[in-house]
Parts: sequence; C-alpha cells; structure tokens
Amino acid sequence: MILLVTTAPGGNLPKSARELVTVARQLAGDGQIAAAVIGPESAATQMAEYVGQVYSFSSAELEPVRAEAVTAVVQQAAQQAGADTVLMTANRLGQSVAPRVAVRLGAALLEDVIQVGGSAGAYEAVRYSYLSRVTETVKTVGGSATVITVKPNVFEVAEPQPGGSVTSALPQLDANANRVQVGERAAASGGRVKLEEAGVVVAGGRGLGSADSFTAVVEPLADALNAGVASTRAVVDAGWRPYAEQVGQTGKSVAPEPYIALGISGAVQHLSGMNRSKVIVAINKDADAPIFRIVDYGIVGDVTQIAPALTEAIKEAKGS
Amino acid sequence: MKLITVLKQVPDAEARIRAGVGGVELEGVTFVIDGMDEYGVEEAIRLREAGHDVEIVALALGPARYEEAIRTALALGADRAVHVETDVDLDPISQARVLAEVVKEEGAEMVLVGGKQADWDSAALGPALAEVLGWPHSDWTTKLELADGSLKVEHDTDDGHESLTMPLPAVVTTQQGLNEPRYPTLPNIMKAKRKELAKRNLDEFGSVTGLTEIVDQKIQTRERLGKMVEGDAATAATELVRLLQNEAKVL
Repeated sequence: MILLVTTAPGGNLPKSARELVTVARQLAGDGQIAAAVIGPESAATQMAEYVGQVYSFSSAELEPVRAEAVTAVVQQAAQQAGADTVLMTANRLGQSVAPRVAVRLGAALLEDVIQVGGSAGAYEAVRYSYLSRVTETVKTVGGSATVITVKPNVFEVAEPQPGGSVTSALPQLDANANRVQVGERAAASGGRVKLEEAGVVVAGGRGLGSADSFTAVVEPLADALNAGVASTRAVVDAGWRPYAEQVGQTGKSVAPEPYIALGISGAVQHLSGMNRSKVIVAINKDADAPIFRIVDYGIVGDVTQIAPALTEAIKEAKGS
Repeated sequence: MKLITVLKQVPDAEARIRAGVGGVELEGVTFVIDGMDEYGVEEAIRLREAGHDVEIVALALGPARYEEAIRTALALGADRAVHVETDVDLDPISQARVLAEVVKEEGAEMVLVGGKQADWDSAALGPALAEVLGWPHSDWTTKLELADGSLKVEHDTDDGHESLTMPLPAVVTTQQGLNEPRYPTLPNIMKAKRKELAKRNLDEFGSVTGLTEIVDQKIQTRERLGKMVEGDAATAATELVRLLQNEAKVL
C-alpha cells in the first residue's frame, strides 16, 4: 500500500498534494492508494476526489504544525493503512519530517526525487546532487519500507477519480510531540502567485541597488507576467525582501519557464535553486557575470532601465 | 555542557565537477569543510565566547581525506575531534544511526549539523539524528539562544519563519544567516595539529549496511542558447519579448 501525506493549510489541498497523487498512481499501478491529510476536514474531502482511502487528521492538537507531531501522525497513518511506501512533498516540512519517519519505520529514504519507479523494496529514483549540478539515479537496497520525498513542480497534477472515502482519525501524540513550543510566526505576504507554483518567475539581486529599486523594477514586471517574485540570499540578508522569496541552496528550488534574473550575478548557491528552469533570461550590467554562462537570453546593461522597458514591451505584446 | 558539531568535507562550491563512467569524479578537486556545517562550528564557538561553559567536539563520518576538514574545525576552535573512518558511502539515515552512537557515548547535550549537504543535496542528517537520539530538532536555524536548559531558536519554514523553544538535548541544523564564520588564524592552525583527533573505524559500530545505493551520476546540463540581445533599452526589450514569444514560446 502506498500512503501519501500532505498538510492542507487553510483547508485547501495544495497543488503539491495532487502531484503526490500522480506519483502514487504511477507506483501503485492497479493497487490501492491511501492519503493522510493534516488540516481541516474539507481538505480531506477534496482528497477523496483523487484517492480511495483518506485519513483526515483535523485535530487542533496538530496546530501549529510541529515536525514531531507530524512524524507521529505519519507513523500512525502508515500503520493504519498498512503502507510500505510513504510519499511526502520535499518542501521544508517534508524534509524535516521524512527522515524522522524513515528512522521510525526502519525505512530507506529517497529524497527530493524527480522520477521514481519500481516497487516496494526495490525503488529506483532520479534526483539532483552537488548543488543541483549532478543528476543521479539512486536505488533502495534495504529497509522494511521506503519514504520518498517528491520535488515540487516536477510531476503533473493528477486528474480526479472521485469516489474515495474519508475516515476521521484522532492523532495519537505522545509527550514528545508537544515538547517543541512554537512562538511567533511570520508568514510571507500574499497577493501574488506563489513562488513555488509560478510558471513564470522574476527574480532580483543586489544589482538592483536598493529595496526601493527592487520594488519599483521587479514587481511591475512580475505583475505584467503574472509571475512569482524571487530573491537572492544577498537581497534577503540585506532585509530588502522576505525569506519566503529566496531561491537557492538555502531557499526554494524552482524550475519555471522562463526564469528572469534581474541584477543577479549568479553565485553557484543561487544557480542551484534555478538552473533547471526551462528558459533562463538575465539582465545584468556585468558582461562577465556567471549568470550569463547559463542563460538562453541575456542583456548586458542597466537593469533599472531595461527591466521597465521590458515591462512596457510585455504589456504592449499582451495588449495586441 | 558538551556540544558536538557534525562535519562533512565536500568539493569547493566553485570547483568544476566532472562525471565519468563510475559517477562523479573527485580527483584533483579542492575539498573544504561543508559551508553549512561551518555555521555550526562558528555558533558553538560563539556560545563559548558568550560565557557558556562548553566543550566542543567535532564529529565526522567519512574517508581519510576528511581529516583536513576536521583540522579546520579544530583550528576554528573545536576542542577535540572524533573521526569515524570509512570509504563506504552511507546514506544519511544509516549515517545518523552511527553518529548517534558517538553522540550518546560522549553524553553531548546539543548537536549542530549543516542544514543541507553540498555534495548529496540532502537535508536528512539532522532530523534523522534527532529521531535516532529521541531528541527534538530545529531545522534551518537562523538564530540560537541557550537559557536554563532550554534552547530558543528562530528558523525558516515553508511560509516564512517562526521561533521555537525546546528542551535540551536537541539537534540544530545550521545555515547561512545564523552567523558569519571566522577564518582560522595561523597560530590556531598550528595549535590544531596538537589537538586530540580520535580515530574510530566503522566496523566498531557493528555491521552497518546502507539503505540506498547510487546507480549512476551524470552531469546533465540543459543546452542553453546563450543569445545576447543588443541595442538600447527599448530595442533590446522589444527584441527579447519577440524571442520569448516566437522562439522560446514561453510567453
């Protein structure tokens, strides 16, 4: 049995959960799939449009989300479903919980996969390594089960197959699940398309000069393209932009078509978060900037002049 | 109180990576202590400098070449080191089981480890180690304070960041933003050569077999067009839009 696990903030099933369904169906063939949904029951009901057996963990005890509480729930759901394979999204939470689950279940862990095949006990997966510069194939050779984290935005979103049933499940939490106290939380401001789900990404770096210039140059272009906004580590460290926008080794990993880099020189740590984009565009005043080694289209020049011209040209092209 | 900083030695981020028939070829590559782990070493030293009575033990699991990275940690300020030597490429879950044995033997109260490894791009070691030890953990930590047997941290989440308070012992995964690591000074590099570096062998930990194996590794870079668009701002912008629409077909 394959079990997929997702959280559902605000009661909405995230896109990544439907990507997990795609992976689960690929691995299950004709076999059964179960899902554990952590969040309001409305999300579990949505999941039942895709998966036969859904366990709904909607207890207030699971709010706010804590790694050890989620670990306990995943273990419980895996036992309840009789799962030999657990799928989670390779976001921050998934990458924090999945290793714990693997240890608890005596399972092998396949992390951040972009392809996976085979069956329980003998999975083979493709993933990136060496700061996303290497593509490697890894197989499981041991473990009584397998935990797989799936890179977001790689797999297609599954089509519904209605008719699943929802079972309410009470989380069995031990004291450890509550020993980490969550204090203040700061969430990214909304309004724009989510970076991890954006088909187009406009990113800004230190070359923009200031926080004001970032806002004035990057945001209008992103709005014209209905794009997500991304930042480099330097920009986040300087306090210009929130961490949630950061792309790179210590931030998010994105692969949009196209990635438009404004005033970004292209440190290898940043490139590791975006070098799998379908098309890469860069505007930078330094012709020798490393980013130009991986672009499809580049313009050397003053980004604060060229990007607004690009915004106008896009508006014009879209208007016609 | 005893702190353990776990280290890896990885290719320098700027090093050119090659892949051959057997996978990634590391011959001739410059190796360094993993930058993510370095933040942990630095943070441990800062805790001591802030007046906490700490012993800092650097711990590494890897081949003989790791010794250089371990010496770097000693030069930075770790008091002594334990090196579990092996040429086996153990997966992070299996590594965690071995490292946890040493952490228990040492009776450490906190383990610091990099948030993501620069060679395997894995973020699993910290949380896995915490689970084996039965400890809480904080991942992607950007701020850390010790007070009265508990640990207060700030860390990054999928949506932003949050503060956490947890009892010790605990595992902390470290990253850029936590601090600015120092460079080792020449006198400290000399001193580090005399610091204790205990060698252990993987065999001492029973029969350890990995749970995953690498089948192959390739450098698969997407072919890029590398087209430079010229002209003044308006001309270049118009041409770029045309190329994105008609050639790349992504607008």
